[in-house]
Amino acid sequence: MELVTPEIGLVFWTTVSFLVLFFLLAKFAWKPIMGAIDDRERSIEDALLKAEAAKEEMSRLTNENESLLKQARAERDLILSEAKKIKEQIIADAKDAAHKEGARQIELARVEINNQKAIAMADVKNQVATLSIQVAEKILQNQLQDQQKQDELVSQLLKEVKL
Amino acid sequence: MKFTFCCVTCATKIKSKKHPFNVFKPYFEFKKIALSLILGVFLTFFTCKSFAIQHEEHAATGAESHNKEEFSPSEVILEHIADSHSWHLWGTTTFPLPVILYTDKGFEVFSSAHFEHGHADYTGKYYTYRLVKDKISIVGPGEELTAGANMLNMHKKLIDFSITKNVVSMWISFLLLIIIFFSVSAAYKKRVGKAPKGLQSFMEPIILFVRDDIARPNIGYKYQRFMPLLLTVFFFIWINNLIGLVPFFPGGSNLTGNIAVTFVLSVITLIIVNVNGNKYYWKHIFAPDVPVWLYPIMWPVELVGIISKPFALMIRLFANITAGHIIVLSLISLIFVFKSVAIAPVSVAFVVFMDVLELLVAALQAFIFTLLTALFIGTAIEEHHH
Repeated sequence: MELVTPEIGLVFWTTVSFLVLFFLLAKFAWKPIMGAIDDRERSIEDALLKAEAAKEEMSRLTNENESLLKQARAERDLILSEAKKIKEQIIADAKDAAHKEGARQIELARVEINNQKAIAMADVKNQVATLSIQVAEKILQNQLQDQQKQDELVSQLLKEVKL
Repeated sequence: MKFTFCCVTCATKIKSKKHPFNVFKPYFEFKKIALSLILGVFLTFFTCKSFAIQHEEHAATGAESHNKEEFSPSEVILEHIADSHSWHLWGTTTFPLPVILYTDKGFEVFSSAHFEHGHADYTGKYYTYRLVKDKISIVGPGEELTAGANMLNMHKKLIDFSITKNVVSMWISFLLLIIIFFSVSAAYKKRVGKAPKGLQSFMEPIILFVRDDIARPNIGYKYQRFMPLLLTVFFFIWINNLIGLVPFFPGGSNLTGNIAVTFVLSVITLIIVNVNGNKYYWKHIFAPDVPVWLYPIMWPVELVGIISKPFALMIRLFANITAGHIIVLSLISLIFVFKSVAIAPVSVAFVVFMDVLELLVAALQAFIFTLLTALFIGTAIEEHHH
């Protein structure tokens, strides 16, 4: 029974000491400790939130960069393909123009050649005519020097002519 | 073992009775330790304890019929778990502690050395005092003291406010707590924004454990107000449980196994819980959701409920710690009961096992006391009504 009967003295000293301890610890130990722990937790949480935000910002920037890059690439491709098209166009045009020019030149040359040919032919004809006339003149001169022969010829010619 | 033997020689004869240790009912609510382990602890306690009590009873009945020379384990054990007016250090060296008595005529202060371990009376300013069974009582000149007269005197004329062994032990623990937590607190001030180091890093997880696993889940968002109390209670019980496990000076007291100490702690819980009780708490007690004609039955039941919760706290801590001490002392006593050194290895092996178990129990009981205090506070300040 003695063991389970609280003694007033010990109850008194325990109460007094515990209360003193409680107030001392509460004021000088628990308050600063809990405060420091809470502060640190808050700062860690803040830091984590900030890190998260930074990460998001980072990914946003990366996305943006990537989209920009993609856009730039697309633009480049567009420009390149356009340039290619233009180049082909130019080449084609040039070819066409050259063709046309060539054809024109050839045509001109042919016309010129024909002209020259015609002129030359006319010349040649003239010469031939002149020569023929000269030859004929000479021959006629020669043949007409002999009277007999002139008669023969006239008779022959007359024979040939059929009325 | 030596300390036990020394005390055997100076032990006064104490009539032993049956003690209510089987009130022991451990809590199964905590989650950190596997249930199987708890069951193991419980069963070990139960078997060992019943053994200890049987053993004790047997020894007590035996001791009464024999002469004073006979070794009586119950006397030794009870002397060791009881409070004392002097602190036995080693061999025949004893440290006398101050005696402070409040009598109907005024205060008396003197050293307990005057009693010479109960062999001499001391005549103070007002009365003559005698130390019987480490209790001080007033005796008339030449008067023989009976147990009845002792009790009568205690109530009538004398209140003992002595600085006993338990009080000194408590102050040592207070000093330790103050040193530990002031230095930890200083470390927090000095190392702002840095990782904890040394003692600080040892204490921080425990403080966080009290906050995150005891206070927050049980009290809710208002936990911060009660943190100083819970932390103080937790570390006070824990460090005193540990000091109680050290067999030599400055340990060896049975502070948390003393009903007066657990009484004060549970009264503090009682006051804190009821002072903070909100309208729902009081409504639940005085106007519960039952037909009005049941109120006369409900009121006493609820009022008993208010008292019984801290009462269970008081008995639980007291019984657990005292039981642990009794088991260890019983195992040591076996050597003297069998009067053989051959039994010593067995005893020592069991005592080591029990001490390791007690280390667990020391933390466990501090945890349970704090947890239940938090739980009671939580139910008292709960906002919603079911």
